[in-house]
Amino acid sequence: MTIDYNETVLEIEGLCLSYFIRAGEVPAVVDFDLKLHRGEAVGLVGESGCGKSTVANAIMQYMGNTGAIVKGKVKFMGNDMSEMSGEQIRQIRGKEIAMVYQEPMAALNPSLSIATQMTEVLVFHEGAAIHDAYERSLNMLRDVHIPDPERLMESYPHQISGGQQQRVVIAMALLLNPSLLLLDEPTTALDVTVEAGIVELIAELSSKFGTSLLYISHNLGLMLEVCDRIAVMYSGEVVEEGSVESIFSNPKHPYTHGLFGCIPMLHTDKNAHPLVAIPGQLPLPHERPQGCYFGPRCHSFKGAVCDAEEISMSKIGGEDRNHRVRCPRWEEIKKDDSINRVVAKKPIDTGSTVLEVENMQKYYVMHDNSLGALMTGKRVKYVKANEQINFRAAQGETVAIVGESGCGKSTFAKVLVGLETVTKGEVRLEGVDIGSMPVKSRSPELLSSLQMIFQNPNDTLNPSLSVGMQIGRVIKRFGLESDPAKIKDRVLQLLDSIKMPRDSYFRMPRQLSGGQKQRVGIARAFAGQPKTVIADEPISALDVSVAAAVTEVLMDMQRNYATTLLFISHDLSTVRYLSDRIVVMYLGQIMERGTTSEVFSPPYHPYTEALLSAVPIADLSVEKRRIVLEGTLPSPLDPPRGCPFSTRCFRKVGNICDEELPPVQFAADRHAIACHIPLEELEAVEPVIKLPDRDENVHRDV
Amino acid sequence: MKKNNENLSGKIVPASSVGLAFKRAVKSFALLKESRIGMAGLFLVVLWILIAIFAPLIAPYDPLANFQPFLKPGMVDSKGNLFLLGTDQIGRDMLSRLIFGARRVLIFAPLATFSAYLVGIVMGLLAGYRGGWWDIVLTRVGDVILSFPPIVLYIVIIGVVGATAINIVAAIILASGPGIMRIVRGLVLDIRTREYIAAAETRGESDLFIMLVEILPNARGPLIVDACLRLGFVTITIGILAFLGLGLPPPEPDWGGMVNEARVFALAFPHMTLFPCIAISSLVLGFNLLADGLREISLRD
Repeated sequence: MTIDYNETVLEIEGLCLSYFIRAGEVPAVVDFDLKLHRGEAVGLVGESGCGKSTVANAIMQYMGNTGAIVKGKVKFMGNDMSEMSGEQIRQIRGKEIAMVYQEPMAALNPSLSIATQMTEVLVFHEGAAIHDAYERSLNMLRDVHIPDPERLMESYPHQISGGQQQRVVIAMALLLNPSLLLLDEPTTALDVTVEAGIVELIAELSSKFGTSLLYISHNLGLMLEVCDRIAVMYSGEVVEEGSVESIFSNPKHPYTHGLFGCIPMLHTDKNAHPLVAIPGQLPLPHERPQGCYFGPRCHSFKGAVCDAEEISMSKIGGEDRNHRVRCPRWEEIKKDDSINRVVAKKPIDTGSTVLEVENMQKYYVMHDNSLGALMTGKRVKYVKANEQINFRAAQGETVAIVGESGCGKSTFAKVLVGLETVTKGEVRLEGVDIGSMPVKSRSPELLSSLQMIFQNPNDTLNPSLSVGMQIGRVIKRFGLESDPAKIKDRVLQLLDSIKMPRDSYFRMPRQLSGGQKQRVGIARAFAGQPKTVIADEPISALDVSVAAAVTEVLMDMQRNYATTLLFISHDLSTVRYLSDRIVVMYLGQIMERGTTSEVFSPPYHPYTEALLSAVPIADLSVEKRRIVLEGTLPSPLDPPRGCPFSTRCFRKVGNICDEELPPVQFAADRHAIACHIPLEELEAVEPVIKLPDRDENVHRDV
Repeated sequence: MKKNNENLSGKIVPASSVGLAFKRAVKSFALLKESRIGMAGLFLVVLWILIAIFAPLIAPYDPLANFQPFLKPGMVDSKGNLFLLGTDQIGRDMLSRLIFGARRVLIFAPLATFSAYLVGIVMGLLAGYRGGWWDIVLTRVGDVILSFPPIVLYIVIIGVVGATAINIVAAIILASGPGIMRIVRGLVLDIRTREYIAAAETRGESDLFIMLVEILPNARGPLIVDACLRLGFVTITIGILAFLGLGLPPPEPDWGGMVNEARVFALAFPHMTLFPCIAISSLVLGFNLLADGLREISLRD
């Protein structure tokens, strides 16, 4: 089959889309243009609420009861979709245009086997015989690299891992060889190493089948790996579009600049080059300003030019003829305008050791009352959440605990704050063993010295209490002040330091945005002036620009109080940016620990190597070695006998890996690697991430 | 909202957070306007409450005074008194008795429901948050009580201890407490996994504080809706008890009791049973519609 790469698959012209709700018309997407050729991958990038998913739904002609196209056309293979009948559209959906959603578990029917769900697609659209349909489904599963597809066909969705579920969803979407595949944040719900596999798969499939891709994501780094062209959306309109190379090397719109300033790049660092958050908030659709929607948040805003009439896209010329930007002042604005405004910050002086964890172990006991367990007598099972955890943290230091979901990092946090107790080993805070001290038996001083920041912004604050009461309660509880007026004063000061307006004192959590809630969570944790703060994925649920602002608030608070920060995260680029030391965990065990620069350069533990490779980096100049892990995370109920990573390791040296626990080798004073491979060999490994020349780097920064 | 900001920039007004909570409550109640069903329910309930409050002003006659018996609606007795809804078997004015009867039901139904809620909430909080033995014992006790048909429970309890106001309330607490406990327990089990509960635990708050301040206010939505529905059930229950002769003693007017006394004449003088039944139904309908309306707005927000 020859593929005509000049054929236009999808053409969207001046699309305006609104939702009609009780409050009136809400324009969700304004003046959207897109042209997608066969085999091309276009990315839509933007923060939540910018209308990128609405565009995907409009292409599927699915806008619910309240949405409607107000203006413009969506043409699929040259035909206007708004003129098609319901039956024609039903034929196109699934057959010609397929969609992959964020949550694979929600996309698959939990009560049907994979085989039934996959064959149904072929039987419904093509009237294929069941037997043929089964064969073709099986082949498609092989194409998406699922090991043992025969067994998988008979499984139910809950029996397979998230990564495999997403592969099944992609296979199902590709079964009818659609011309267009819409991917709406397909990897956001997955772990980084799994994400790397899916991203590679998507790129491979689109070139193999000539499928055009519309890839929707908030992650600029992923765009770089998947797409040919990208469109940056802000508040319902495209603010900049062009080829990936052109946009990454030569961004023009201030919002695009802002986005790049918010991502922890390899050349950023929390002291010399802190992240620059975009000030302000995304305007609500009915509160958009006149002229440029980004105007109020733009540092290059100029009255009469930026807030005049509607601003249209203008071509910038240069190498990429289709690089267009929606900014009247793009010729005057330089990318460096924002970066140069960065003020370097003083590093924190680290003091003596505050926290010491020694041979800590945490098992959860599970009682198995099944018949089989009764017969064999093995009625008690252990979930080995943490095994042999060792590390130290000094005052003012930031220690990051990195690992994918299920690696036991949250359990570890719970043990520290006393919501769980250790099974074995010691956790010493300033010399006092707190490992077996549940929260109920801790003294108020101990409680106040160890506080926690939580992950989910919608869950971290009590929805029934005002912001002021929630922060004030901590101050009162830990006896810092008892006079209500003084408590209030302190709360207001805290609100200042997390850069929230003072009138948020009376606000209820539902009146705040996600980033603001997370800031209040930070203020609450710091209100008792703790010596150590544990932050469990505090920014992973936030948008890029919001995350940058919250990260900076967290760093400032840490600086003010010289607090020891334990930062739990799965995101290596953030971790690299803000931590002094890194602990890499896998399946409850520490694989590698050391300073940030030690962990980011050889010798690596093979798992660290794979993690580093999996992190999407939004930088054209960085070269990255690709390592994609096979297989899935083993169950912590039944971990491998030897090295926990042995089932997925690409550097496995032999049986020893399966049989024996790896020894802890010290590459430097406190740089430990748990691996059977000799250090010299690990040392000789080529770096995963290659930075461009130092000169060039400096040049770019200035 | 503006006003609060002004407060802030100046001095701190300690009462403002209470005032704010009150304002919020009023505001969320105003949302009910958007639900037609809810407004209909509210209208019925408020109508009966007003009737009960102003009973002496509205009622044409003394509810205990005897006139000519067995008058049909709209008839006039020998002295020229008009009886809009007729009179009963011993000549008391039906309309006045209905109006005064509203007082009894509108005192006892909310009182019994509120008491049952107090008990159910305490049990539910303990079972859900404390867990362990608390949970096992409380849920099992609840299961045992729930396994009896409620009407049998009422007959046994009130038959044994006698029909007094306190006993009736106690019987209702016993019969509906476990059901409320189950709802509260379910809500608590969900809420206790939230991160703000973990935050409260890590700052060493007492169980009491966590249960009452951190958990209970966040369970209020479903509980308010359920309380409204349950008010309807309790109204029916009080009616049934009176009908079975287990209600409060006569001669004070009581809707269920009126139906009971008139039931032998139901075929010849249907108005004597019909009007009290309509009164009970309209009040119960009001509570149910109000609950539906509250649920509708709580889902929307």
